[in-house]
Amino acid sequence: MWSLSPAETTALLLSLKVAFWSVAASLPFAVALAWVLSRLAFPGKSLLDAVVHLPLVLPPVVVGYFLLLALGRRGPVGAFLEEYLGITFIFRWTGAALACAVMGLPLLVRAVRQSLDAVDRNLEAAAATLGASPPWVFASVTLPLILPGILTGMLLSFARSLGEFGATITFVSNIPGETQTLPLAIYAFTQVPGGDAQALRLCILSVLLSLAALMASEVLVRRATARAAGRDA
Amino acid sequence: MLEFDVRCRVGTFALDAAFATGGGVTALFGRSGAGKSTVLNLIAGLARPQSGRITVEKRTLYDSAAGIELPPHARRIGYVFQEGRLLPHLTVRHNLLYGNFFNRNKNHVVGFAQAMELLGIGHLLERRPGALSGGEKQRVAIGRALLANPEVLLLDEPLASLDAPRKAEILYYVERLRDEVRIPIVYVSHSLDEVVRLASSMVLLSEGRVLGTGDVREMMSRVELRPYLGRHEGGAVIEARVAGQDLESGLARLEFGGGALEIPDVEALPGEQVRIRVRARDVSIALARPAGLSIRNVLAGTVVELAGDEGSSLDVRLDLHGTPLLARITRKSASELGLRPGLPVFALIKAVSIDRRSVGYA
Repeated sequence: MWSLSPAETTALLLSLKVAFWSVAASLPFAVALAWVLSRLAFPGKSLLDAVVHLPLVLPPVVVGYFLLLALGRRGPVGAFLEEYLGITFIFRWTGAALACAVMGLPLLVRAVRQSLDAVDRNLEAAAATLGASPPWVFASVTLPLILPGILTGMLLSFARSLGEFGATITFVSNIPGETQTLPLAIYAFTQVPGGDAQALRLCILSVLLSLAALMASEVLVRRATARAAGRDA
Repeated sequence: MLEFDVRCRVGTFALDAAFATGGGVTALFGRSGAGKSTVLNLIAGLARPQSGRITVEKRTLYDSAAGIELPPHARRIGYVFQEGRLLPHLTVRHNLLYGNFFNRNKNHVVGFAQAMELLGIGHLLERRPGALSGGEKQRVAIGRALLANPEVLLLDEPLASLDAPRKAEILYYVERLRDEVRIPIVYVSHSLDEVVRLASSMVLLSEGRVLGTGDVREMMSRVELRPYLGRHEGGAVIEARVAGQDLESGLARLEFGGGALEIPDVEALPGEQVRIRVRARDVSIALARPAGLSIRNVLAGTVVELAGDEGSSLDVRLDLHGTPLLARITRKSASELGLRPGLPVFALIKAVSIDRRSVGYA
């Protein structure tokens, strides 16, 4: 009753893998985007801001369909990547991770940007007078201070990835063992007669997984916040 | 040696200032908004001038004519900020070593052990800034700036955010620094008290302009600068502890290094620190302890020097067992009493001459 079937284990591990890589791959871009949006003033900034936030308000299926158009075998970017770099996203778990990354990006950028906005620029100036060049200031002052925001954003984006459905199924379809993450597996079970019990088992698994992620992040964020505030963690 | 000659405009505030400092402590003195912090930020490279030239020990930090503008991290300026600005995510030890990491091969101003001893912060190393008191934070901030091997140390009102006992504590450490480390210090303050206590020379700033620069005592005695130094109306400031309040007479008894004072209208509890401004013109001098006198405060001391060359009066600087006191008396009295340096005398201060406004609280 309580042990997972091989198919369920596969879906669970795939979900974790997809979520992990979607967060890991989007993190550098998100931090860079957050920095640009927080620190620079340039024409078109509000447009960039809006584009970054689009996945938050668009129907996920639209995002998935755009990804399909751009990165499909005959899509302009997809054809280039396949021909010159041998990278394909379509119908692969990497494509699922990419879809999740795009959907989670706004959450990650928002969290990082908020903590960047809250960083005391005077501390960065103090570090500069002590001899730290701008990249060092970022690495040794800014980054540790925004760590709570980064962790919060990573969690939000990770949770979003675990729950991602529309963009994934549109972009990379529902292939067991390759692109069938937990939500897609649940959807598949609800579509076959007699699959209700298995769908419910996976639903409970999803709840437990999300709870564990939330509680783990709570501990991490609390520690990072204490550190950034100058208290012992 | 710091040479500063800069024009800068920020919003409606315009700075056009030129001065040079030597060794020791140079006080940058002026009211709030005079441009003191702006000058420090310009030296450190945290603010950008429109034109001018800044050099430290013959090294050009900024020169608009030659197109030189070093970034802050290449300037080697030790900057102690008003609020300390310790990096909150690092321990005290790592804060202290932060600058040294980038400047480890430069000639050392102080060694780590010497800095610990000098500032009394050796026991704080494993703490985080959040667990430090205001005074401890400032001492660590000073140590951090020194250990980055700077060529000049800038202190921006390091006492501003501290209470009186902490102020006294930091003043003590800054004095040790001045006496034991060979590094030029620029000390920004709007407190004449601190300036007089710490600095050997002084730059007087007002509304972005330099009104005068030179030796502190000389600056204090310059008649034309009196309006800018006038709040203190030419007199010594005595820091004293309230020893008791006599409710019947309404007099407070204050104790300091030079003896005790009885003063009316002191609104402080026993044990608290107060500052008493004693205007030089309210101090009389006697050669022997007078008897049958209404004056309540008679303090023994010695003449240190007589100053003031022109006019009918002069300033006599007295030493009350380590506490300086200024007396302004007529030239005629001074010569009739035969005042000369080293002569033991008694300073007489009427209790009622020290009014409410002459008492400073923490």
